[in-house]
Amino acid sequence: MDLYREEILEHWQNPLNFGEMKNADLVIEQVNPLCGDEVTFYFRFSISHPELDSGSKKIPKQVRNDEWQIANGQWRISEVSFTGSGCAISIASASILSENIKNKKISTLSKITGEDVLKLIGGPVAPARLKCAFLSLEVIRKIR
Amino acid sequence: MNRRQDFPILNRKINGPSYAKASEGKKPLVYLDSAATSQKPKQVLNAISDYYQKHNANVHRGIHTLSVEATEMYEAARKKVADFVGVKDPAEIIFVRNATEAINLVAYSWGRFNISKGDEIVVTVAEHHSNFVPWQQLAIQKQAKFKVVPINKETGEIDLKALGKLLTKKTKIVAFAHVSNVLGTINDVLHLSLVVRRLAPQAIVLVDGAQAVPHMPVDISEIGCDFYVFTGHKMLGPTGIGVLWGRRELLETMTPFLFGGEMISKVSLEKSTWNELPWKFEAGTPDIAGAIGLGAAVDYLDKIGMDKVREHDVELTKYAIEKLSKIDGVIIYGPKDVKKRSGVVAFNVGSIHAHDVASILDSEGIAVRSGHHCAQPLMDFLGVSSVARASFYLYNSIEEVDRLVEGVLKVKEVFKI
Repeated sequence: MDLYREEILEHWQNPLNFGEMKNADLVIEQVNPLCGDEVTFYFRFSISHPELDSGSKKIPKQVRNDEWQIANGQWRISEVSFTGSGCAISIASASILSENIKNKKISTLSKITGEDVLKLIGGPVAPARLKCAFLSLEVIRKIR
Repeated sequence: MNRRQDFPILNRKINGPSYAKASEGKKPLVYLDSAATSQKPKQVLNAISDYYQKHNANVHRGIHTLSVEATEMYEAARKKVADFVGVKDPAEIIFVRNATEAINLVAYSWGRFNISKGDEIVVTVAEHHSNFVPWQQLAIQKQAKFKVVPINKETGEIDLKALGKLLTKKTKIVAFAHVSNVLGTINDVLHLSLVVRRLAPQAIVLVDGAQAVPHMPVDISEIGCDFYVFTGHKMLGPTGIGVLWGRRELLETMTPFLFGGEMISKVSLEKSTWNELPWKFEAGTPDIAGAIGLGAAVDYLDKIGMDKVREHDVELTKYAIEKLSKIDGVIIYGPKDVKKRSGVVAFNVGSIHAHDVASILDSEGIAVRSGHHCAQPLMDFLGVSSVARASFYLYNSIEEVDRLVEGVLKVKEVFKI
């Protein structure tokens, strides 16, 4: 079965960016109630902002509270990691997607489609397994 | 038992090398998911089609010939179902949508009026969500205590000692499954009912028979419970028809679950009175074709004999456990003794997620269920997030179990374990 290619199994066994992140700027949990798969994503953001040093990893409270909504489009994902348990498809797609979104601007995340995710993980997935493949995409949809 | 010719769906060939080319499927279907829903024999499909083509009319209210025929067929189905499970009074057989609805009916119509603050509801950790969530929610609404009996992890049996300790003078409802949908454990429901009667005589006992009635002889009159529920689609019948059996004395005191047509006796501007049993609980036009289909399923099972059905399950289960347990890395859940389990084999392959197991088996044409099987409390209790489950029925063969075993080897090959 070509879904379980070498690459997918490699990601399943040794997922990239796996592990908890201390002091993350944002933590998002996502559960697939159908099968109990769950992932938790941790993000740290940086921003090019006139009042901040470019690429600063520390977000001043002031900016987070007041300008978050306005400026979030400019924020970049500087660090990302995830933990969780699930099937090979959901873990591999979390691994691949986490790598893919590194250094991306938040404003561009909404452009990632389900099609893109399928391309990234390398091919069509049975309808019943789409939920597994898209579990992490749902996390990314929640970044605002 | 060569009944396969009665089930046209079993001739299907499914799945090619990839889902993209699913139309070019070439693997013969091995259907091992009957605990989720069984396939339906031609006899059942024909009975439904025959009803719609020749007798279709609404029941219980028409004077015309078709209506009389439809009513007779609907009520004959009720009688067949009653006989099938050892119920003498067909009026105690209430047609509902499924086992879930039957349990909810009891939770609403009995529970809401009889449970109050401080009362206790007891269920087991092995229950399907359908026999867990309605009671949990009732307990929350009524500020009652919700108590969960553990099971023995090795044997899958309900922990009788723990049950004994949990039963008190305040226990009002005790609910448990006849057969576990995950572990396949056959509970000694008579013994359990007796324990409840002795230690909490004021409590009512509800038995979820969804996995029992399709697979073994069941005589409700010998169980000693107050309510017994099961569903048609797991026993060769169509989806959409289920059964609630209740003791007449209890059903008579209960308020209807749904209000409307069919269930009334007299309606005035100020008040209404309720129809007789069982119609009091069958508001609106019922699933007439579904009941007739279920009646045909009962005929089919009767003709084979439930002892034979059970024997066949045992044979396949025994063989499957023997073969699967020889595969390195395969973990099988539930009772070791096949006499104490139904035709259900839940398993995992190493640390591979059950969905991956099911996907690869599917690519080999083998249908198994995977996931938490609507029994999350049980999964937590067993310390697993999901399991794969093969379940057998009268149309499955030893050769199909061999295909399952080959499929599991294929899973290991793909995952290189």
